[in-house]
Amino acid sequence: MSLLKSPKDLEELRENILDRRDPKKPTVFICISSGCSALGAGKLLEAFKAEIKNQALEGKVDIKETGCLGFCELGPRLIIKPQEIPYFKVKPEDVAEIVTRTILKGEVIEKLLYKDLKTGEVARRLEDIPFYKYQNRLLLENSAHIDSKSIEDYIALGGYKALAKALFQMKPEEIVEEIKRANLRGRGGGGFPTGRKWETTRNAPGEPKYVIANCDEGDPGAFMNRSLMEGNPHVILEGLIIGAYAIGASQGFVYVREEYPLAVEYMTIAIRQAEEHGLLGENIMGSGFKLKVRVHKGAGAFVSGESSALMTAIEGKVGEPRPKYVHTAVRGVWDKPSCLNNVETWANVPYIILNGPDWFLKIGMPDNPGTKIFSLVGKVNNTGLVEVPMGITLRDIIYKIGGGIKNDKKFKAVQTGGPSGGVIPEQHLDAPIYFESLTGLGSMMGSGGMIVMDEDNCMVDVARFFVNFLLEESCGKCLPCREGLRVLHKVLSDICDGKGQRESIPIIEEITETMKEASLCALGTTAVNPVLSTLKYFRDEYEAHIEEHRCPAKVCKALTAYHIDPGRCQACMICLRNCPVNAIKGERDIVHVIDQEKCSRCGICYASCPFNSVERISPPTPPLAQYGLGVTRRKGGEKD
Amino acid sequence: MTGEVTLEIDGGFVKAKEGMTILEAAKLAGIEIPTLCHHEGMEPYGACRICVVEIERHGRVRTVASCCYPVEDGLRVRTRTPKINRIRKNILELAAITGGADVGGIVNGLAYAYNADLSRFSSTTSVKPTNCILCGLCVRRCEESQRDNAIDFVGRGTTRCVAFIPGKEGACGTCSSCYGLCPTGRVSSVGPDPPFPSVSDILAGRKKV
Repeated sequence: MSLLKSPKDLEELRENILDRRDPKKPTVFICISSGCSALGAGKLLEAFKAEIKNQALEGKVDIKETGCLGFCELGPRLIIKPQEIPYFKVKPEDVAEIVTRTILKGEVIEKLLYKDLKTGEVARRLEDIPFYKYQNRLLLENSAHIDSKSIEDYIALGGYKALAKALFQMKPEEIVEEIKRANLRGRGGGGFPTGRKWETTRNAPGEPKYVIANCDEGDPGAFMNRSLMEGNPHVILEGLIIGAYAIGASQGFVYVREEYPLAVEYMTIAIRQAEEHGLLGENIMGSGFKLKVRVHKGAGAFVSGESSALMTAIEGKVGEPRPKYVHTAVRGVWDKPSCLNNVETWANVPYIILNGPDWFLKIGMPDNPGTKIFSLVGKVNNTGLVEVPMGITLRDIIYKIGGGIKNDKKFKAVQTGGPSGGVIPEQHLDAPIYFESLTGLGSMMGSGGMIVMDEDNCMVDVARFFVNFLLEESCGKCLPCREGLRVLHKVLSDICDGKGQRESIPIIEEITETMKEASLCALGTTAVNPVLSTLKYFRDEYEAHIEEHRCPAKVCKALTAYHIDPGRCQACMICLRNCPVNAIKGERDIVHVIDQEKCSRCGICYASCPFNSVERISPPTPPLAQYGLGVTRRKGGEKD
Repeated sequence: MTGEVTLEIDGGFVKAKEGMTILEAAKLAGIEIPTLCHHEGMEPYGACRICVVEIERHGRVRTVASCCYPVEDGLRVRTRTPKINRIRKNILELAAITGGADVGGIVNGLAYAYNADLSRFSSTTSVKPTNCILCGLCVRRCEESQRDNAIDFVGRGTTRCVAFIPGKEGACGTCSSCYGLCPTGRVSSVGPDPPFPSVSDILAGRKKV
C-alpha cells in the first residue's frame, strides 16, 4: 500500500474501492462481535463459507464480518444485502435455506425475521422493529456495514474525510472552536465540555502532549465502548488524530482493558492499517503533522477508568488515583498535558468536523446535543445497546425501545450510571435524560449503563450488590473509601440478614457523608449513590427490613420463608425432586410439606412448581404445615 | 513560584507563596490541621483525608484535602466547622478498623480531641487489627531513602497491606529510616520484628479465610 500524500489521494482511493465493488452483489453481513460470537456466530460463519463452496458460489456471494447492532439477545444476527433483509437467531442449520432461497431467489424466510412478541407481526426491515425504530444510531450504524478489520470498508463510507478536512482546511484553533461550539460533552459520564478540555491541554505548558482514548469500561453489564471499538475502531482513531492535531499532541494512547481481546486486536489492526496508509506516523497525508498511537492494555482494575489512575497505569505503575488538585489536562501522563476522552466522545469528533457544529446541535437538546449509547439490560423485554438522542425520557427507552417489563411485572426502578450510579423510581420516568437531570435525581449518566428492575428486586439487596462490587474494586489507597465501603457493606448485609438495627440508617448517613466529602477520587465520592438513592426513594423498604423483619420484595433469604399452599399443591413431586437439601416431604396424592429447619431458602421449589403453589412469606413465619393432607384436584390441567 | 497570594483561613488573612498547600499556609498562620499520612519531607499523598477543610471559591463550597490543595488568591478556608469535625471523627473511627480500638500514637491522641469512639466500627467488623492504618509513610520513606526499597503495598481495597517485596525480606533492618514516622507507633525500634509480613505469609493467611 502506498502512502496517502494528500486529500486527493484519499478521494482517489475511495473511488477506486467503490469502483471495485458491485453494490448489487449478494452479500451476507454477519455480526461477529462479542455478543453474537458468544451465541455461536463463529460456527454460523463457517457454515456460510462451507455452503457457498458447496453450491459453487465462490466469487458470486460475499461474506462480510461486521460489528454489533445492539440487539444482542437475538443473536446471531445478519443482514442480507442488497435487499437489506435482517435475520435474527440464525443457526448453522438455516444456512442452506438462506443461500438457496434468500440469496439466490431473493425470497424472505419468515421464521428468521423479527417477530413482535405482542402483535405477532414480523419485520422485514430493521426500521420496522420497535427496538430500532426509536433510536438514532449516529455512531453505531456504521458498525453493521463494515468489517472492522478493513480500513477500505471505512474509507469507502467516507472515513478519514474529516481528518483530511481538519488537516488541510482548518487551523487547530478552529477545530477546538468547532468542538466547543458543538457543545460536545464527555461521554464517559462526567459531561465535561470536550472543547474546553482540549483548549486547556492545548494551552498548557509542556511538551510532548498526549491524547488518550479511555476504553477501560468496567461497569457490570455495560458494553457500549466495547461494541464501538470492536465494531468501528477507525472512527475512534480518526477522532483521536483530529484531536491530537487540534491540541498539538504528538503521542496518543488507546487504553483498553485486557478483558476485551477483540477490541485490543481490532484497534491494533486499525492502528497498523492507518500507519500503512500514511494516516498515522510522520507527515500524515502529506500535511507535516505527525502522531504515534499505541494500545495500552489495562490490567483489569475498575478504578483505572479514573483519569489520574489511568495515567498512572500508562506510566507503568499501579493504577491508583493521584491526590493532586491539578487537572490531568494540564499535568497528566509523566506530568505532561494529557487530554483524556472516552471512546464515545472521540467517535463523535469526525462527524462534527465533517458536518459542522450546527448539524450536531440539531440532534438531542441544545445544552446537551448529540446521542448517547446506553446498555439497556435487566428486566425488560428487549435488551441490548441503544443509541438515543439526549433528552429522550426513561419511559421511552424502557417501554418503546425496551418493550416494557418482562412477564408483565410491575416496574420498580431503573439503575443508571453503572455501580456508582443510583436508582430512579417510577415517578421520575418522564424525566428527560441528560447529564444534569440524572445527577439531580441522585443518579448519574456514567458511561451509560441502564439496569431495569421490577417488583421482585429488593432495593436494599441492590444497594448491597453495588457496594460489594465497589468494595472489591476500590484501590484501598484512601481511608474513607476503603473503610467506608467496608462498613457500608457490613451494615447493608446486616439489614438484609435481618440483623438491622435502629442505628443502621444513621450510620449509613454518617458514613456516606464522610465518603462523599472526603474520598480521594470519584470512585469513593460516587460510591454512596446506590445507597443514598435507594434510601431516598425506598426508605420504607429499609425500614420494613429493620423494624418488621420483612423483605417487601421477598428476596432476602433471612427474611423470607417458603411455604406450600395445601389448597393448591397437586403432589406432582417436582419440587421434592429438585430440592437440593431434601427439605420437602411428600408422596403421590399427599400435599407436600417444607421442613423449615432444613430449608436453605434457595427458591428452587418456588421457581419449579408448575401450579404456583409455593408461596414466599416475609416475615418468615409460615403457617404450621401438617403432613398427610390429601390433594385437592383442580380442573383439567389448570395451571394459572 | 515567586508570586504571593492572600487567602482567608478561619476568618483571618494569610499571605502565602504561590505553590504552597493550604496545610502549609495554615501552619504559617499558626493554625493546626491534623494529619496522619503527611510528612513535611515527602510528597503529599492524600490518603488519610483527616486534613480535610472546607473551601469557598467563586461562591462554591467544597471539601478538599488541605495537604494537596494549592493556595489561591481570594480563597476562603474553614478548617473547623461542625461538618469537618464530624468527618474527622468519622475518619478516626474508620481508621481504628485496621488500626484496632487500642491503636496508639497520634491516632489515639486525635481520637481524644475529636471525641471519636475507636471501638465503634472495629468491634462490629470482623477484621483482625494490625495496628496499621495504611498511611503509606513507611512505604514512601523506604522508597525515597534510596537504600533497598524493601517494602510496598500488596493487595487492593480492604486486602491492602504493607509487606516485604519478595526477596527483600533480608534487606530491611539496617537503615531504620521509617522509625518514628508511623502515626500509630507500630513501626519503631520496639515494634514487631520483622516489622512487616512477607507476601507468602499474607497469601497463606488469605487462604485460611
